[in-house]
Amino acid sequence: MTLHQLNNHLNSVPETAPTSPALRVDGLKAYYQTRWFGITREVRAVDDITLRIEHDEIYGIAGESSSGKSSLIKTIAGAIRPPLNVVSGSVNFDFGTRKVDLYSLKPEERTAIRWKHLAYIMQGSMSVLNPLRRVRQSFVDFAFRHMGLPMPAFLRAVEEHLLKLHLQPGVLDSYPHELSGGMRQRVVIALATVCRPGFIIADEPTTALDVVVQKSVLTMIREVQREMRASILFVTHDMAVHANLTDRLGIMYAGRLVEEGRTRDLFRNPRHPYTIHLIRSLPRIGDAEPRKGLEGTPPNLADPPPGCRFHPRCPIAMDVCRVVVPPMQSLGGGHRVACHAVTGGTVQ
Amino acid sequence: MSGADTALLDVRGVSRSFWTGGLLSRRRIDAVKDVSFTLTDARPEIFTIIGESGSGKSTLARMILNGMTPTGGSIAFGGEDLTTIRKTRDRMRFMSRVQPIFQNPFESFNPLSKVDRYLTMTARNFTDARSQAETDAASDRALRKVGLSLAEVKDRFPHELSGGQLQRIAIARALIPGPRLIVADEPVSMVDASLRVAIVNLFKDLRDELKVSIIYITHDLATAYYISDRIIIMQKGEVVESGDARAVLDNPQHPYSILLKNSVLSPDVPDDDEPQTIERDRAARSY
Ligand SMILES: Nc1ncnc2c1ncn2[C@@H]1O[C@H](COP(=O)(O)OP(=O)(O)OP(=O)(O)O)[C@@H](O)[C@H]1O
Ligand SMILES: Nc1ncnc2c1ncn2[C@@H]1O[C@H](COP(=O)(O)OP(=O)(O)OP(=O)(O)O)[C@@H](O)[C@H]1O
Ligand code: SF4
Ligand SMILES: [Mg+2]
Ligand SMILES: [Mg+2]
Repeated sequence: MTLHQLNNHLNSVPETAPTSPALRVDGLKAYYQTRWFGITREVRAVDDITLRIEHDEIYGIAGESSSGKSSLIKTIAGAIRPPLNVVSGSVNFDFGTRKVDLYSLKPEERTAIRWKHLAYIMQGSMSVLNPLRRVRQSFVDFAFRHMGLPMPAFLRAVEEHLLKLHLQPGVLDSYPHELSGGMRQRVVIALATVCRPGFIIADEPTTALDVVVQKSVLTMIREVQREMRASILFVTHDMAVHANLTDRLGIMYAGRLVEEGRTRDLFRNPRHPYTIHLIRSLPRIGDAEPRKGLEGTPPNLADPPPGCRFHPRCPIAMDVCRVVVPPMQSLGGGHRVACHAVTGGTVQ
Repeated sequence: MSGADTALLDVRGVSRSFWTGGLLSRRRIDAVKDVSFTLTDARPEIFTIIGESGSGKSTLARMILNGMTPTGGSIAFGGEDLTTIRKTRDRMRFMSRVQPIFQNPFESFNPLSKVDRYLTMTARNFTDARSQAETDAASDRALRKVGLSLAEVKDRFPHELSGGQLQRIAIARALIPGPRLIVADEPVSMVDASLRVAIVNLFKDLRDELKVSIIYITHDLATAYYISDRIIIMQKGEVVESGDARAVLDNPQHPYSILLKNSVLSPDVPDDDEPQTIERDRAARSY
């Protein structure tokens, strides 16, 4: 499968002021469901997630390894296949010219929407470039038609775009295996953004980049976003990237969203014990000793702990936490948190 | 270096170039240019390579792993020139002593093969483990060091695991043979800060307790600072600065090293009335 969906940039500019959010995710549950010798195994990777992403907004998602970030992203992008199934909930996009309820569509229609309206950069996607085609051909295959420029102008636009990512025009003549990991990662980002899409979904897109190049890549993404007033859903475990790029931030823990708010509020005043740990443990150069890691291991999503999924590792867990799932509650100012200690849950 | 120290790894004036491009646009790329360093047997260390994307780090790693021959210079492991390691038996012996952790776990696992098979095969090829119970025990022991267990990964294909899980399985696999040298190419790029610390601490323990040397290729200056003994900084195939890791990172001298250090994103959010750092940075620059 190919990774990126390029959208028709003509369709992506909202003509009138939009009234509904660019993306509405409501009570979304998506589980990996497998049968093995008659035993059904269910990995609840996305468990009851509700969130909104506005037009002209960069929404970040953070959370520890295997907390379900990629599963959520795949589900939102409509890029799921068995054993990952949507169990309940909905994903609604407003593309300005068109509103879609993603999971009311047939699978083929869903794929068509993804190709037309979403630029989706999968995790590890540097491996999905066609190994038999030079990079130039990949650009022609995926972007030429969408840009509506004559070939020489198209190639000039591509080269200019690549330069912003510190890539010389020479990479267009290369085969993917002739490029370094970080160069391939940048080619994929360039493919997904050169058409100026209206909705970008990116899963760990800068893991292979040095900090100098990473900064330029993020700057380019920000520019494209501004220019198109696009929406971006940006997943990374790198909290420094969130601090510098995203407008709002959602924190996932074990398949659930546990806190959400303006990125600045979450960094300054994190409320969920997991978020507090995450912010406090941020490493800085010059740390002779590392910040303390989180005790324990991530929960097994095939058999998650009851109540609050964080309770086995939470320093302030109470009796209620072991029994009752803390609901997501608003603290005002768009700040939401799911924690009994913050919102005062009790055992019935 | 004192004459009494024997070299574990001796990288001497190593270069590697490639020809690339179409018929009319053929170009030579000097991916690695004249790189030299030595790791000694007596003092295991964490030797860090940081640098620009495309500066030749993975190419250098591939040559050290004997997966590619230098176009100039030579590499010796334990006094043996790598070009003399040809026979299957010699290669196996070399591989049991020098283990790789490759850059992108999504590429380095065969999508059609279950991940626990890699662990089993490594245990079977490079340790005394023969029975299923023995290879399982070896796999589980290695996985537990990276916060996983065999039960969690058994019978799973690579696409059934998260990026960070795959990366940790690749690390666990490299531990099984009990190597003398691990060449780890961005081994923690997909794991969160907390796990990352656990993994670099594991590297420290390997060095201190099992006398394993580690070549640690990374973009993460914070962990590089914390665990490395020595560091080299690469740009466009060349080593532009090298030395004691903390001395170099505290007080970088080469313009590229300085740029690198200054480009690390701060994990602090800007004040309310200020734009995001990414935009401030853009405004301050003119390119
Ligand atoms: N095809 C599958 N079948 C069963 N379980 C799966 C499958 N794919 C992923 N999982 C499990 O779902 C959980 C969530 O994985 P996901 O890839 O969403 O995590 P993540 O938050 O993106 O992690 P990372 O930061 O490491 O990439 C993990 O426990 C993973 O093992
Ligand atoms: N097989 C090959 N054919 C042609 N050029 C190659 C080949 N392998 C690598 N190169 C080139 O060599 C240079 C160094 O690549 P390498 O993969 O070593 O970089 P790197 O430092 O590991 O980068 P990254 O941090 O992005 O992984 C790049 O310019 C790359 O395009
Ligand atoms: S609900 Fe309880 S266990 Fe969960 S984070 Fe809050 S205090 Fe900790
Ligand atoms: Mg992921
Ligand atoms: Mg590399």
